[in-house]
Amino acid sequence: MASIQDEIKQELSGTEVVLFMKGTPQMPMCGFSGQVVQILDYLGVSYKGVNVLANDEIRQGVKEFSNWPTIPQLYVKGEFVGGCDIVREMFQTGELATFLGEQGVSCQQPEKN
Amino acid sequence: MSVKERIQGKLSAALAPLTLEVIDDSHKHAGHIGHPGSGHPGALSSTETHFTVKVVSAAFTGKTRLARHRAVNEILAEDLRGGVHALAIEARAPGE
Repeated sequence: MASIQDEIKQELSGTEVVLFMKGTPQMPMCGFSGQVVQILDYLGVSYKGVNVLANDEIRQGVKEFSNWPTIPQLYVKGEFVGGCDIVREMFQTGELATFLGEQGVSCQQPEKN
Repeated sequence: MSVKERIQGKLSAALAPLTLEVIDDSHKHAGHIGHPGSGHPGALSSTETHFTVKVVSAAFTGKTRLARHRAVNEILAEDLRGGVHALAIEARAPGE
């Protein structure tokens, strides 16, 4: 039987951008998860949402995986990027689009004003 | 001591912040899963569940956002395992 940590690694492999969240991208069940969904959608990023409310082992396991106590958690190419505040700050400064571009993830680069 | 006071005390002691603001957002989340009185199973016993922390400290100079947030999470680890359900963090170094 695969451990929960293996299961999380499995979720992260094969998809460039993965969001562990409460609810689904179509129906977020938490405002913080919803904010990250809005940002990723705005940037036109293709990503997989993993609903931690559907699996309590994943919900606890992902906190141990990243040593990060809260949900949502955004991963790009298997690496933990941050939670809601970090993703929002990176989005606001334009760093998120730059970072995704550097990682080879296709997204809309916002126009500079 | 309230949870808010405990959070303020721990962050002050650990980070010697230039400015520190701890905001209790719990009232905005009444009815949220986990909130007392929400009727959800596993609802928390404390009414102080959601906080925003705004902190400016020289301890953050030269640190990445992840490192700053990890530092705050670490200082408040016990509270996050207990009743604190959500913690928004704004961590800046002086001059940012």
